[in-house]
Parts: sequence; structure tokens; C-alpha cells
Amino acid sequence: METAPATRREHYLNVNYSPTSWLLTTDHKRIALLYLISITFFFFVGGAAATVLRLELMTPQGDLVQSETYNILFTMHGIIMIFFFLIPSIPAVLGNFLVPLMIGARDLAFPRLNLLSWYVFNLGGLCTIIAIAGGGVDTGWTFYTPYSTTYANGYVILTALGVFIAGFSSILTALNFIVTIHTMRAPGLTWFRLPLFIWAHYATSIIIILGTPVLAIAIALVAVERLFHVGIFDPALGGDPVLFQHLFWFYSHPAVYIMVLPSMGVVSELITCFARKRIFGYTFIALSSIAIAVLGFFVWGHHMFVSSQSVYASMVFSFLSMLVAIPSAVKVFNWTATLYKGSIAYDAPLLYALGFIGLFTIGGLTGLFLAALAIDVHVHDTYFVVAHFHYIMVGGTVMGYLGGIHYWWPKISGRLYPEGWAKFAALMVFVGFNLTFFPQFVLGYLGMPRRYHAYPDEFQVLHVMSSAGASILAVGYLVPLVYLLWSLRYGALAGPNPWGATGLEWQTPSPPPTDNFAATPVVTQPPYAYDTQEEATHVG
Amino acid sequence: MADIVPPRIYYRVYVTLLAATLLTWGVSRLHLESPLGVMVALTIAMAKAVLVVLFFMHVRYSSWLTWVFVGAGIAWMGHILILTMSDYLTRGIVAGW
Amino acid sequence: MLAERRSALAHQFDDPAQQHEASSLGMWAFLLTEIMLFGGLFVGYTVYRTAYPAGFIAGSQHLDVLLGTLNTAILISSSLTMALSVHAAQVGHRQLLIRFLLLTMLLGLVFLGIKGYEYWHKYHESLVPGIRFSYDGPYQSQVQLFLVFYFLMTGLHALHMVIGLGLLAILAVLAWRGVFSPAYSTPVEIIGLYWHFVDIVWIFLYPLLYLLG
Repeated sequence: METAPATRREHYLNVNYSPTSWLLTTDHKRIALLYLISITFFFFVGGAAATVLRLELMTPQGDLVQSETYNILFTMHGIIMIFFFLIPSIPAVLGNFLVPLMIGARDLAFPRLNLLSWYVFNLGGLCTIIAIAGGGVDTGWTFYTPYSTTYANGYVILTALGVFIAGFSSILTALNFIVTIHTMRAPGLTWFRLPLFIWAHYATSIIIILGTPVLAIAIALVAVERLFHVGIFDPALGGDPVLFQHLFWFYSHPAVYIMVLPSMGVVSELITCFARKRIFGYTFIALSSIAIAVLGFFVWGHHMFVSSQSVYASMVFSFLSMLVAIPSAVKVFNWTATLYKGSIAYDAPLLYALGFIGLFTIGGLTGLFLAALAIDVHVHDTYFVVAHFHYIMVGGTVMGYLGGIHYWWPKISGRLYPEGWAKFAALMVFVGFNLTFFPQFVLGYLGMPRRYHAYPDEFQVLHVMSSAGASILAVGYLVPLVYLLWSLRYGALAGPNPWGATGLEWQTPSPPPTDNFAATPVVTQPPYAYDTQEEATHVG
Repeated sequence: MADIVPPRIYYRVYVTLLAATLLTWGVSRLHLESPLGVMVALTIAMAKAVLVVLFFMHVRYSSWLTWVFVGAGIAWMGHILILTMSDYLTRGIVAGW
Repeated sequence: MLAERRSALAHQFDDPAQQHEASSLGMWAFLLTEIMLFGGLFVGYTVYRTAYPAGFIAGSQHLDVLLGTLNTAILISSSLTMALSVHAAQVGHRQLLIRFLLLTMLLGLVFLGIKGYEYWHKYHESLVPGIRFSYDGPYQSQVQLFLVFYFLMTGLHALHMVIGLGLLAILAVLAWRGVFSPAYSTPVEIIGLYWHFVDIVWIFLYPLLYLLG
């Protein structure tokens, strides 16, 4: 055990200040912060693209940017946000930081692979940034053939390479999580005593392992076809463009669960803590994460209803897509039941969690509309779809991410953020988000196509509302950036457990020492024992 | 700590694998009409793979968790094939679709 | 001394058994990603073979069954020598371990040599799609598709073999330095898993590509 210096305690942040100690670290907590910097950067790059998009859409004419530029902007917005922000966000930042802490371990199973994954991630990001600087890609983030293979100009291969490389980074993280959770749990920490955050990340890791390689092949084939024109996806040479869609969506549908499951894990932690109540239906929530991971692989054809996929396959996919809503609904019901008769504290993390529940429910229900074949034929490729997935990704995942950042900020930084500003920002995000994206449901239903920069005059009111909302949303995202950085220097010092929460991560100082725990904890209680109000664990 | 498999088992598996390879080649010379030919070839290939997995890769002597991983791999491989082919094999059944 | 340092426990693990289990599971998780990687190509192959049975048979005629069968035997033999090297590591026979590792590498190199010859021959016959392809027979674009998948699948496989050879070389050097012992043979085991997986991929590639005719 280290001897605490007279003036300050040694922890993972101050143990060494040199740049090398950061760039060559194998400490999962430092790697989490390295990822935090990277993904925040990419978030604002993707957000900048969205800003120009929403500015253009304020007027019916295409008068701010040309259509080719507009196409590049929505493509880069999608690629950056999905592959370089949403997919890594919670797992690589909060997951990396918390998984060992929550299971009582000193680090992940493979610390050097963890560091490698960050470098690989940045390499992929670099390829994509270079592609943007060179003029970008206009295929849409979906890279559909034969446009991407035969007709598109631009840096298709370089961008695809960036995504391909980022996929490896994702796989390394998932591999680390799966092995760590299986083999390094503290004594007494059985599977059904694990925090739901861990279950969520385990399920996410399964999806990453089984799905990402298929995306790799899909975009590798696009690159081969683009270079050699040998007919893989070219009908003139016997190829089928829809084969690309099968391979692409086999990953990209489960990918949306990669993006939302970790956020659901965060929400489970927040709800139980801020209702001061043992979570309702723990086993159901835990198993529903696994169910979502598995079922999520059975529904990809619902992206292809109008692609010339066979009607029989479409019906099967439609039915299965309805089924996958069930485990998600189970979570929403259980969270609600947890809140019922809870002793609720409306701190900022809970505001984000409540926002998640409401907005994810709307997004999920609209997903059911889209799963119905007949409705989808009408709203496919319209703003209805755009609104649906932004409700899940932004109203869901990003809210969960921000809630988690705030909740664990004291643990990560040793400082408290200013609660008043945090509540304000959460409110801005909620109001701005709904103003941005609810009109888009209406727009889509009325027939506004997605990926268009010009539109009929009658849609302008809704578009202006949407753009106005986007400006509020932007403020909502910038404000936390300011006060979280401010808190690093001026925030009140945090104790080990400012929220009075259960969980092993709160049983160690804030910020934690490099090896997380002075001695390996021993777990004797079920999780979320708020009702007993005793020590959830004792350090043995 | 780790399972130590006696070399004689490896040799027996090896001979079996070589024999199976010869069998595959021999059957291919019969030019059985499809789909019988490909089904026989794949069955033999799967049997060979099972031998490699169980004995060379020690799965026969490994934990149940390893079996779960192996099973998941086989299941997912089968799943993407089956569900993708379910599109291609049912196209054109209804006129225009 | 080197053996002691190497078999020392990484700080995140509690005991050698945990470290061994984690390493093994980690390799299996990685192999799962590899199954799905090759799986994507198998899907493409299956789609097009189902669509173009005659064309794919025509394409397969251009492959040398003898060389393919020989390569299959060679790779299976290399799996044997790999398994025997794992055994040698586990019982502490350093000399045998080094010899079997080198033998495995040699067999792998012979495999790649034959493969390289096959590729060169295809180039010579102008049957390399996208690079040098002129084919006048029936089912022209379908034969091209077959050859595309031939090169992609065997090429990806060969890339994995090359990486495997590199890993084996590292193992051989470490074995020569006396790093492995009955108490510490994990790297040999897990790279053995990788090598056997690459063999299994070929076990499926062989009938699907060579034995259609």
C-alpha cells in the first residue's frame, strides 16, 4: 500500500505527469480519458457538418451549398458520428474506465491491447479526416453499391479504410471486455451480482465480436470492386448490388444496438441510484441485454424492404423486428417500476436518464412503425427514418452518455461539476433535441425525402423549427464542455461516494489509485442494495 | 494446468484427416450431381474441421465456456448464410418480386 | 532467468491459471472474429455459386486439383507438427519444440510456395480478374466472378498464413531462448489455436474452390 504524501494522495492522474506516461500508458483509466479526448473531437467535427446541413435546410432552395457538397456533408456527418463517436463513446470511455472498477479488478485482461485499440482508433480517424480534407465522400454513410463502387468520385477507399481500421479498434475493446468479465471478477461477484452496466457491456461486446468482421468484408469488397471492376456488385457482370446491402446491414443493424445497449446500462445505474431503490426486475434487465444482442442479428433485412429483397424474406425480417422491441420494452417498464415510489433526487444525471427513457420510447415505437412492411414502403428514405434513428441515437445514446459522464465525473476527476449549470444544460439538450427532431417525423410522413438539400416551400416551417432546435441543442452540448473543464481546476473536491451509490467503483477514492483498490474487494451482497442501506461490500 | 494430449492421439487424427482428404478428392471424381456432390464434400469437410477443433485445438478437453465460444462461432456462421440465402432462394417466387 | 521473468504473472492477474484462461479465451474470441470475417466471403461465394452453378463449375476447371489436394495435405501436416510443438512445450522438450515449430514453418512456406506458383500460373494464363484477364469461353463473367472469389478467399487465407509464419518465427526465437516451460507454454498454445483455425479455413476452401468440376 502506498504511503500517502503529507500534502496529497497519489492517484492515477497525478502519479506521473509526463506525456510519455500518458501516451504509453496501460492504465485503463488513462486510456479511457485518451478516448474521451478523441471522441469529443470527432463529435464536434460531426456536429460541424450537421450545423452546415441544418443551415442549408432553413431555406427551400439549395442556396448555401451545392448538392454535391451537401451530399458530402451528410455522408461525413453519418460516418463520423456513427463510427467515430457513437460506437466507441460509452464503451471506450465509460466502459474502459469502469469495467475493472465495477468488478473489483486492477485492470482489464489485456492492458496493452487496450492502448493499441486507442492508437488504431486514431489511425482510422486520421484516414477519415484526410479523406474529408481531400474533398470527402458523397455516398452516404451506407456506401451503397453500385454508386460507391462504380460512379462515386472522391475518397471512397480511404474513408472505407478509416472505417475498416476503426473496426479493429472496436474489436480489441470488445475482446478485452468479454475476457475480463469472464475471468477477473472479484471473489463473490457472481454473474447475477454484476452491475447492469457490466451486463450491457458484455452484450455489446458480443455484438462487436460477431458483427464487425462482416462490415470489414463488405467494405473491403467495395474497395476491390472500385479498384478492379470485376463484377462483385455490378449487375452487368453478374453481380448483385443487394449482396453489399446484406453484408453491410448484417453488421450495421446490430451496430445500432452496439450504440444503444451501453447507454441502457448507464441508465440502469442512474435510475436505481437516483430513485434510491433496488432496481426492479434485475434479472430481466440483465437477460434482456443478451436478448437484444442476439435478436439484433436477426432483423437486418428491415433496412432492405424496398431493395428488391424477396417479399418472403422481408416478411420474416418484419416479424423478427417486432420481436426485438420486446426486450427493450422490458427495460423501459422495469426502469419505470424502479422510479415508482422511489425517493427521487432530480440531479443532472437523472434528468438525462429520464430524458433517455422518454425519447428512447418514442424512437423505439417509431421503429415499430418502420418494421411494419406497408408503412415502411411509404416512409422509407424520408425524414421519418431520420427522426426515428436520431431519437434513439441522440435522444437515447447521447443522453445516456452525458448522464454517465456527469454521474461518474467525480470518480474520474475527483471533482464535482456545478449542478446548476448541469441541470440547465440537460434541459437545453432536451428542449433543443425535441424541437430539432420531432418536426422531422411530420416532415417525413408528409413526404420530405432524406438526403435532399432543396425541398418544396410547404416544408419550410418545419425545417426552420428543426434548425432552430439544433441551435439550442448545440448550446446544450457546448455548456458541459465548458463547466466540466472548469471543474477540473475549480470544482469542489469529491469524496469516494458523493451520490451514496452502491457498486464497487464507489468503494475506492476519487480519483482512484492506479491499481484501483488497496485490496481486492469481496462481494457478499446482491447489487443495488439501497433498501438495506448497509455497506454493499466490505473490503477484505 | 493446461491439458496435455498424448501425441498418439494427434497421429491418429492426422491419418484420419489425410484419409478424409483423399476421400473428398475421390468422391469429387465421381461427379455426383449437385446438390449431392457438394453436400458430401461439405459433410466430409465439417467432419475434418470437427476433428481439428476437438483434438488439435484441445476443445475436447476444454471448459464448457470454450465450447460455448466454438458453438457461437458455428451458429453465427450458419446464421448469416441461412438468413442471407433465404432472400436469394425466395426471390422470383411471386411474380415481380 | 529469462524463463522466470517470462512466466511471471502480469500485474492485472491474480494467479497463473487466471492468466492462462484469459489468454486462451482471448484467442478464442479473436478466432470468432476471424470466422465471421471469412464468413462474409463464404456468403458472397454461396450467393453467386447458387446463382451460377454452371459458371462456377467452369471456373473451377481452371484450378489444379492436384496442387490443391497436395496443399491440403501439407497444411494438415503442419497442423500435426503444430500440435506436436504445443505438446513439446507443455512437457518441456525445448529441442523438440524448436524442431516442430521450424517444421510447421517449413510446411507453411511450402504451402505458400505452391500457392504462389498457382497465382503466377493464373497470371500467365491471363486469368487474374481486374489485373490480367482475358477469357473466351462460355460463362465469361461468371467465371470471372468465380476467380474473384478464388483470389479473395485464398488471398485472405494466404495473408493469415504469412502472419502465422511471423508469429511462429517469434515463437521459435523465444523457444530457443528458453522462455517456455511446463509452467509457461501459453503463447505456443494460443498461436497453435490460430494456426489450426487457418487450417480449418483451408479445409473448407479446398472442396468449395477446387472440387466443383
